[in-house]
Amino acid sequence: MKQFEPLTRKGDAQPVRYLIVDDSVFARKSLARLIESFGGQLVGEAADGLSAIAEYARTMPDLVLMDITMPQMEGIEAVERIVHDHPDARIVMVSSVGYQDNILAALQKGARHFVQKPVKPDALYEIIRYVLNDDAVPASVATGENSQ
Amino acid sequence: MRMDLIQPFIGSLDAVLAEMMKAPANIVDLTMEEEGYRRKGAAAVVSFKGQIEGRIILDMDPAAAAHIAGLLAGGDVAPEESLVSEAVCELANMVIGNAVTQLNDRGFEFRVLPPSILAEAQCDKAGHDSEATILRFDTAQGSVHLNIAMHYLARRTHEKVQVG
Repeated sequence: MKQFEPLTRKGDAQPVRYLIVDDSVFARKSLARLIESFGGQLVGEAADGLSAIAEYARTMPDLVLMDITMPQMEGIEAVERIVHDHPDARIVMVSSVGYQDNILAALQKGARHFVQKPVKPDALYEIIRYVLNDDAVPASVATGENSQ
Repeated sequence: MRMDLIQPFIGSLDAVLAEMMKAPANIVDLTMEEEGYRRKGAAAVVSFKGQIEGRIILDMDPAAAAHIAGLLAGGDVAPEESLVSEAVCELANMVIGNAVTQLNDRGFEFRVLPPSILAEAQCDKAGHDSEATILRFDTAQGSVHLNIAMHYLARRTHEKVQVG
C-alpha cells in the first residue's frame, strides 16, 4: 500500500487520532489500513450510530470516518447527535450511497465532507488534510525538516 | 425489466471490480430467472424500498470471493473462511450503493437497506410482480453473478390510475 507523508497534530506533533464507524468489519479494516498509511492513530471503532456517539465521547478523536447506512442508528442521525454535543467535531462521511439528498442531509447535520466507496486513498488523504485544515500538518512541516 | 434501471448496476459492478481488482470484469451472459435462483458461491442480498422496490443478490465464485476478501483484509483469506461472506456483503454494499446513487440523482426516490449474507443455497423465485435478470461477469479469479429483481411502483400506480 502506498505510504503518505504522515499527518500530525499541529499543537503537539502527535499522530492524528481517528474514530472509524462502519457496520462492515471489512470496511473498518480497510479504513484502518488507510489511516495507518496516513500516519494516523486509530483510537476507536463502532459498528453503528449509537455506539459511535459513546465512542466519540470516550475517545474524543480528531476526526471521524462515518458510514451512512448502518443498523440501530444511521450515520446521519449519529452526526447530528455528536455535533450537538461536540460542535467542533470533524466528521467525514464514507459511504457507497452518495446521492445528492444524502450528502446534503449529512452536511446540514454537521458533517464536514463526503467520500464515496470504494475509497481512493489519495482522495481521502486530501480530504482529511482539508477538513483538519490548520490543525494537522505533514510531519516534515511539524518537525521543521523543510524549513531553512 | 427496464434497462435504464439495470444499467447503473452493470456500470457500478464493472467500476468497483475494476477499482478493487485492477482488472476489467466482462459481462458474458444475461438470463431471466425462471425457477428461482441457486447460489453459486458466497452471496449477499440487498433490498431497497421506495419508488423502486426489490432486491439484488451479488453472488461470487468461491475463488473470486476469497480474492476480494484478501484485497479488503490486506492478506490472504481462504475460500472457506466466514470472513469471505462478510467481504461479499461489503462489495455488494459498494456496488449497489454506487448504482443507487446514480438512480437517486436521476430522480428515483428509494432507500437501500444494509446488506445481509445469503445463506440459503436455493432462493425462491422473485415475486410475481418482479422479473429477475441474472448477469454473469467474468474476472481473472472467477465469475460474479448479479441477480436483479425489482419493480417500479410509481409507474404501476400511474398505470392503474389511467385504467381506472
